[in-house]
Amino acid sequence: MAAVIETLETVDALAAQKYKYGFETNIAMDAFPKGLNEDIVRMISAKKDEPAWMLEWRLKAYARWRTMEEPNWARVQHPPIDYENLYYYAAPSGPAPKSLDEVDPELLKMYDKLGIPLNERAALAGVESPTVAVDAVFDSVSVATTFRETLAKSGVIFCPISEAVREHPDLVKEYLGSVIPVADNYFSALNSAVFSDGSFVYIPKGVKCPMELSTYFRINARNTGQFERTLIIAAEGASVSYLEGCTAPMRDENQLHAAVVELVALDDAKIKYSTVQNWYPGDANGKGGIYNFVTKRGACRGKNSKISWTQVETGSAITWKYPSCILQGDNSVGEFYSVALTHNYQQADTGTKMIHIGKNTSSTIISKGISAGHSNNTYRGLVKIMPGATGARNFTQCDSLLIGDECGAHTVPYIESRNMSAKVEHEATTSKIAEDQLFYCRSRGLSEEDAVGLIVNGFCKDVLKELPMEFAVEAQKLLAVSLEGSVG
Amino acid sequence: MTALPTRKLEAWRYTDLKNLAAISFVEATPTKIVAPLPDLGIPRIVFVNGTYNAALSTPPDFLSSFAKVVDESSLPLVQINAAHAHDGATIDVPANIDAGAVMLVSYANAEMPMAFHPRHRVVLGEGSKLTIIEVAIGQGVYWHNPVTDIILHEGAALSHYRLQDEGLDAFHLATIRAQVAEKAAYESFSLVIGAKLSRAEFHATLSGPNATTHLNAAQLLRGRQHADFTSVVAHKAPNCASRQTVKSVLSDHSRGVFQGRIEVARVAQKTDGYQMNQALLLSPHAEIDIKPELEIFADDVKCSHGATIGALDPEQIFYLRSRGIPEDQARAMLIRAFLTEALEPVTNEAARVFLEDTIETWWARK
Repeated sequence: MAAVIETLETVDALAAQKYKYGFETNIAMDAFPKGLNEDIVRMISAKKDEPAWMLEWRLKAYARWRTMEEPNWARVQHPPIDYENLYYYAAPSGPAPKSLDEVDPELLKMYDKLGIPLNERAALAGVESPTVAVDAVFDSVSVATTFRETLAKSGVIFCPISEAVREHPDLVKEYLGSVIPVADNYFSALNSAVFSDGSFVYIPKGVKCPMELSTYFRINARNTGQFERTLIIAAEGASVSYLEGCTAPMRDENQLHAAVVELVALDDAKIKYSTVQNWYPGDANGKGGIYNFVTKRGACRGKNSKISWTQVETGSAITWKYPSCILQGDNSVGEFYSVALTHNYQQADTGTKMIHIGKNTSSTIISKGISAGHSNNTYRGLVKIMPGATGARNFTQCDSLLIGDECGAHTVPYIESRNMSAKVEHEATTSKIAEDQLFYCRSRGLSEEDAVGLIVNGFCKDVLKELPMEFAVEAQKLLAVSLEGSVG
Repeated sequence: MTALPTRKLEAWRYTDLKNLAAISFVEATPTKIVAPLPDLGIPRIVFVNGTYNAALSTPPDFLSSFAKVVDESSLPLVQINAAHAHDGATIDVPANIDAGAVMLVSYANAEMPMAFHPRHRVVLGEGSKLTIIEVAIGQGVYWHNPVTDIILHEGAALSHYRLQDEGLDAFHLATIRAQVAEKAAYESFSLVIGAKLSRAEFHATLSGPNATTHLNAAQLLRGRQHADFTSVVAHKAPNCASRQTVKSVLSDHSRGVFQGRIEVARVAQKTDGYQMNQALLLSPHAEIDIKPELEIFADDVKCSHGATIGALDPEQIFYLRSRGIPEDQARAMLIRAFLTEALEPVTNEAARVFLEDTIETWWARK
């Protein structure tokens, strides 16, 4: 097919300029020595001015991590990670900024370049209405959190987690590690020992958060692991929508990102968590890129609570991520909407776990995997109905799309039911883009690439429509860009 | 001896052999027959406690004598079988012969806990046809660990119907490996109603273009029975089709397991793969665990799997009752209807009647 050759040429041309977030910011940095030992854990804790209980918690986690082994069950391959050759803490040097005005202008410029609205003055001056509050995390620390005062008026706490440890210790003590125990897995234990920053959100009883909350993660320094920790608590009747975005510079060496995100929803509370993950995926030959090993889990503790995960995963060399819901409260609802797109030599092993414990709990899983180039894309999920989950309901749909004959698409669902009144339905399909769909679009004058973009967007529609507006637009563009040159 | 697999192995996560491991088995010895053996009026090959019994058999002329085979399989149960196998049916049908149907009966009568590891081998030459109706029955505490190797040459067709009706204290762990060449067809259906704990593990390799396979099963379990149906279908050539429909009817404290994997190699373009598992939970204590897997490396394929789990639909029962059908009978009707799709590959009339009667009496046994 002539079109193939044409597209392949386009790909090569695009490969170099494709990842537009791949620049590096030159800024004075403080970093601890390479490697991990008790002293590094103590240094991180001291740097954060943490109370003794937090240091103890970290040291215990560190001790557990030392006894654990890296998991090997996922369908991903990588050379062994040398945990002694990483920096576990890197931050812009100098004292922490008290307000946006004190933030290094280089950093503000960087976020501007990334399209992240850190500047709240315009909004405050009434130029535009504030819709999103942002916490920006640069390597190991939170550099700026916007609209904190506006949020504080309605009682919402939105701050870096290091600050929450000092300012709201009771909340942190009660909930940190309560959804994902320290030793849940290798990477959660590692994160618990060395996490440096991340966001903390508390929505008090009955409060509907007045604006979307957002965290923007950026890895900048070389050889640095990023270990952020996010904790979101929605008290009785509260609701919040939270967005997360990620990018990193283009580098030849792989970098590690091992985050932990915990969500807690009490009675009648709702949390919506959306991610557009666009870490540097490595180049066309699979060199470089982020290892994204993330543990995300939400607990629907209260009755009628709801946690909804939406993710668009286009970045990272390797993605290992299973945002899950523990449906403990009666009538609670868990949702997982996912698009995972892999190209070149990317590897993704992602999915969800829905654990039904309470009565009449329900869950929905919609997963769309797209594999192109030499990539491998795996959906791995668990639906578990416990004996007490009378009336539980699950619907799962996982579809895979293959583009080209050098890639792989895999589906590994686990379904376990121990309650006869529960209804579980699971469907999975794998196919390629139909010739007639392509032909139809081409006959209407669309280029092959646009046609594929259109078809893929249609394939992902059920997930994309769950994203907040601004994100949905960005995600659509991202899919098109990530697919460039994959057609065959 | 090779150690038994433990739940730490991903392939064994849902089936625990610790109760089997706790028993010390003795070598199987000949025994007397205390139950009637099934007879469909066709050639019959009978094994008693794992040893061929010439007096009870009416063998077909393509049965040859057992020859020990070397096996380098990594599967623990196949290794154990290879170390202990001393008998088994060796069926070799030459090319272009319609060999009709044959029964393969395993009968066990264990006064002491005993183990036997038969090794069966079925080879069909180019264009040949055969139907095998395999029945496993018995009583007492025993471990039946058969390995069946099937080689189908170009255009050959094997219909393989299995009734696993072992004694309720028995362990039945069967491994079936089929090599299916170009245009050959391996059609199988397993009816699982016996044993305390059982597993049927199928490995079907579609190695030539246009090969097809059906790996269907129905599990009907009660008490504390545990039955595991595990299959791996490897598509290694283009234009092949595989179909799997597995139905589980689970009452009391029983537990059903279905693990199915479809592997599609790069060369296996135009693969058509389908897998469906449906479970009916008839008791609040029953459990089903399902793991359907797709592993796909070719782009021009059509592969899908589906799974549903639920109870009998009260509205359907109500409908039948409103037409004067007693509740028990209504439930039996709905369950039989639920199983119908799985029996699709059973095209041999005698086999179909035999299996349907067994389902009927299973329901009556209750």
